[in-house]
Amino acid sequence: MAFALVVVGASLGGLHALEILLAGLPAHFPLPVAIGQHRREDADDALCVALRRRSALPVGEAEDKDAIVPGRVYVAPAGYHLLVEEGRFALSTEAPVAYARPSIDVLFESAADVYEAGVIGVILTGASKDGSQGAARIKGRGGFVVVQDPRTAEGSVMPAAAIAATDVDRILPLAAIAPCVAALSRSGRR
Amino acid sequence: MSGLQEKVLHDRGCMERLLLALSVNVSAMFRDPGFFCVFREQVVPWLRTYPFIRIWCAGCSTGEEVYSLAILLQEEGLYDRCRIYATDMNEAVLRKAKEGLFPLALMREYTTNYVKAGSLRSFSDYYAAAYDHAMFRPSLKKNVVFAQHNLVTDGAFNQFNVIWCRNVLIYFNASLQARVHRLLYESLIPFGLLCLGRKESLRLTPHEKDYEALAGDEKIYRRMR
Repeated sequence: MAFALVVVGASLGGLHALEILLAGLPAHFPLPVAIGQHRREDADDALCVALRRRSALPVGEAEDKDAIVPGRVYVAPAGYHLLVEEGRFALSTEAPVAYARPSIDVLFESAADVYEAGVIGVILTGASKDGSQGAARIKGRGGFVVVQDPRTAEGSVMPAAAIAATDVDRILPLAAIAPCVAALSRSGRR
Repeated sequence: MSGLQEKVLHDRGCMERLLLALSVNVSAMFRDPGFFCVFREQVVPWLRTYPFIRIWCAGCSTGEEVYSLAILLQEEGLYDRCRIYATDMNEAVLRKAKEGLFPLALMREYTTNYVKAGSLRSFSDYYAAAYDHAMFRPSLKKNVVFAQHNLVTDGAFNQFNVIWCRNVLIYFNASLQARVHRLLYESLIPFGLLCLGRKESLRLTPHEKDYEALAGDEKIYRRMR
């Protein structure tokens, strides 16, 4: 069975890491990509503007009940949790989880609950442990987890926490992650 | 399960606790300061043309938005012409809203928001610190009617110049959103304004074509017909 969705979590140092990741995905990348990047609650869409410059895929902040469309990149808006539902995104202003809103765990766990083994989770650089529980949930449902090699990450805490929390599938230097995800999207195999 | 059902149906306190546990009641004062700036610049001048103004805060939760709105209206000299209807389905959060007590620890965040919202005074003018709480001035709720109202099961009860329903409908699925949007539409006067959260849209409403967006990125829509 083919993969259906890529979820990405990043925190400290995430802008640079996301630029590299998105720049490495081809224009015909067949899956939707949802990104949870920690940032200030009142941040504007500068992150999207920056990512758009590097991405061959359309990039935008997710709005409530947006349809999940293949080949598009959705960024969790600042100050909201981004959740995955059947074919759509939903937003929430519930309290920050582990000081983070958007919370990477919330994004990953909701994705795993809906798309189960169809989820590819990617944990990038960061200085918090957010995302480790979500990565474990994705693995628990049969999905695939790729983690940036902590030695190559600006913030090693987040990838290290994910590696400690679950049996991840790949630990890769930043530049190798996009090719890996692109290959997984083509292989249609888990 | 049937025991719980019995309790929920017949014990009012139990029903309230269940609703509280199931609903999301997180808010902040002057959340999205940019929205307040636009409201001040584009909505207030239009409101000034009315001798009497009705505003509905639909799904007001514990009242953070209500007090923020009241502060803005006082600063613009419009408050005395306004009546604010603050409604929520949950009586417990309404009681909290009515109290106007918020944790003192949050005042720093709220003050930052308040300043960014283009405000004119000092935020601490609006509350008195009492132990670990900030008690907001009673004059802010002088023209506020707090009332229980369920957006899903209750109907229209008035016609408003402005409706605030920000980050409430995100917890509803598409078909419920459509239903509530009908109610909101019916509750606006001609050319009345509907204010939604920053990442909400009219796409799922049967009334999308009946509104026009105000200039800018904020989700403020004018009822055109």
